[in-house]
Amino acid sequence: MSGTAILTADALVAGYGEMQILHGVSLELAAGEIVTVIGPNGCGKSTLLKTLAGLLRPQGGRIELNGLDITNATTRDRLRAGLGYVPQVRNVFGTMSVEENLRMGLFAVPGSIKDRQNSVREILPTLAEYWTATAGKLSGGQQQVVALGRALMASPTVLLLDEPSAGLSPKATSEVFHHIREISNRQGVAVLLVEQNAHKALEISDRCYILAEGRNQIDGTARSILNNPVVGKIYLGAYGEVE
Amino acid sequence: MKEILEIKCLSRRFGGLQAVNKCEFSVRAHSITGLVGPNGAGKSTLFNLVSGFVRPDSGEIRFAGERIDTLSAHSVARLGLRRTFQIPRELKQMTVLENLLLVPENQFGDRIVSVLSQGKRVREEEGKNLQIARGVLEMVGLSEKATHQAALLSGGQKKLLELARCLMAKPKLLLLDEPTAGVNPTLIRHLMSVLRRVNESGVTLLIIEHNMTVIMELCERVIVMDRGQVIAAGSPSAIQSNKQVLEAYLGGVSA
Amino acid sequence: MIDYAVSILIFACIYGLVALGLNIQWGLTGLINLGQVAFFAVGAYTFALLSKIGMPFPVGVLVATLTGGGFGAAVAMFTPRLREDYLAIVTLGFSEFVRLILLNEKWLAGGPDGIAGIQRPMTIAGFGSEVSFLIIVVVTLAIAFAFTRRIEGFPIGRTLRAIREDETVVSSVGKVTLAYKTRAFMLGAALAGLGGAFFASYLSYISPDMFGPNVSIYVLAAVLIGRQGSSVATLASTALVALLLEGTRILKDYVTFVDGVELAALRLMLLGIALIAIVAVRYGPRRAV
Repeated sequence: MSGTAILTADALVAGYGEMQILHGVSLELAAGEIVTVIGPNGCGKSTLLKTLAGLLRPQGGRIELNGLDITNATTRDRLRAGLGYVPQVRNVFGTMSVEENLRMGLFAVPGSIKDRQNSVREILPTLAEYWTATAGKLSGGQQQVVALGRALMASPTVLLLDEPSAGLSPKATSEVFHHIREISNRQGVAVLLVEQNAHKALEISDRCYILAEGRNQIDGTARSILNNPVVGKIYLGAYGEVE
Repeated sequence: MKEILEIKCLSRRFGGLQAVNKCEFSVRAHSITGLVGPNGAGKSTLFNLVSGFVRPDSGEIRFAGERIDTLSAHSVARLGLRRTFQIPRELKQMTVLENLLLVPENQFGDRIVSVLSQGKRVREEEGKNLQIARGVLEMVGLSEKATHQAALLSGGQKKLLELARCLMAKPKLLLLDEPTAGVNPTLIRHLMSVLRRVNESGVTLLIIEHNMTVIMELCERVIVMDRGQVIAAGSPSAIQSNKQVLEAYLGGVSA
Repeated sequence: MIDYAVSILIFACIYGLVALGLNIQWGLTGLINLGQVAFFAVGAYTFALLSKIGMPFPVGVLVATLTGGGFGAAVAMFTPRLREDYLAIVTLGFSEFVRLILLNEKWLAGGPDGIAGIQRPMTIAGFGSEVSFLIIVVVTLAIAFAFTRRIEGFPIGRTLRAIREDETVVSSVGKVTLAYKTRAFMLGAALAGLGGAFFASYLSYISPDMFGPNVSIYVLAAVLIGRQGSSVATLASTALVALLLEGTRILKDYVTFVDGVELAALRLMLLGIALIAIVAVRYGPRRAV
């Protein structure tokens, strides 16, 4: 895998102030792949994504994107290097139209707004249905698609998605996941997904990592991982024994 | 054993979301009970319903035998049912002790007329409250910080302060919303022993918690919620080996 | 020169009363009041009108205080939840409203001509009229000071400080914060009314133009310099502001290279610069919370 890895994280250590949350997390992502990170609440999933996206400075470890060391790069530089990030819920500019939201996606990256918007609309055709609507008035699922579209404006090679299904109904979740699969299939974008909703996320994923207490516990193919008896221990107690 | 909290067929909907759906369970007096479930299961809404911050659409909540589902948050608190919040809120520029002395109700010294009095009554009252506050600080292990500014406390100590503030009101039932979230592992140990001590002093605890180690070690009974409903209840070990519970955590049976 | 010093001291004491009032509202409880002059004016005019109908000095002072407090309560009641942003607008508007009423309703308070011949308290045996007045106002200020110190030290003061810091916490422990805020606002307005009574009595003539927004600003500056919350600091900084305002007039006798008009402008500029400098030092980086 390491030969084709587009994004690698090696022994990441990160946290907030005195509170260390990640105690050495490593992962790899290959081009065009969808990888899901799951784990119980508080295991450090969101912190991991924030660290990868550059919103949180790691205290240790190394992040590489396309062979480039981006461990200490700014969010803007990461974006320009092809790393897109969609935060968890409330991730659209609520008072702007969908069209304007997409424009914002090109804020830090050079490119023609019209061209990019057209290509994003091709990948996410449902955007056309509410193109001029105010983003804040859309349903949760629609807002999530707008957020995906905005991230795509910068033509990323890697997309980091923080719980795209949070707060969505089962039907909307399925739709959003379908769009994520489409993005990966049609654009060859590698997607790193953090999810609570393990079953559904794994349906569209190639591989999966399970995190607990700020460390990698197990990883494997999306199909096989939930059959691992360790999963029960990770979610329902006594992680200590897992290591 | 007597039930201190009984919940029957409780429902609450927010727009299109059925946050709590015909929820039913009870909590035994003097127990430590855990309330767990995946994100969005409705645990926090349930706390809001029980503590009177949110009104139920239907159903019944009984506290010590009395219906409380129509009472205001204020009246519920007065009956001896208190709650903590996930993110502690303390008065940063005041000392730890002052944070606690704010709590006792109907203080004479808290009225403007007291300023015109001789002050004897205020001093006596203040002395009594101070004694209670010191006792509470002792119980949560913050005695050394009594005269420190609350702003100088660590995240975990702020959680203890919030707990102490609740204890000042001498509650019968305490609802704790994620007491160990954001607390470092050494302090979690301390917090657990504090919670045991609080429980031994006669306070029933109902705890929402994501740290399963804490739940398994502390609680004698665990209630599991998913999509607004109670899907299982029982001893920690029974919950740990329950297949349905694990499925709930993994996002339910794939549909 | 001595007379002038006595006069500055009297003004300082009067403004001290008004600032102590604002300190209860803003310093202690966090209720912004940009129109403290309104209650000052209400007190002054109440005293003046009572003086006209021959009420004795103590009665006039007492009623002026109560009326100031009453108006404070009314303003508090008409300001939704006494929220900071509403309160800033309402108090500022109210102070202009009061001034315009006084200016235009001639039947009530003499309109632009104001009220003259307002009584002074009796002189204390052995002292002159000015010094007697100073003694009385100092004693009154001392009582008011003791009163506010007590509020600060009592449980009530703790509750008010807690409201300033985080109202939600206070209401979460079961206290009705609106009631506390209303009372604090009323007390502050009453002290302003008390100051107004002494102001009217000392000058024995008042007119609406004495109650412009600058008075509110001066006491705000005093409380601000005193760093909100301590009556000792409030009084000290009131003295400082009074000195800057009035004391700089003395410069006239020593500065000869500019004429009177230029000096007046220069004096205000100096005052402004001094205020900025003091606030910059007082609220410098150390205050990072």
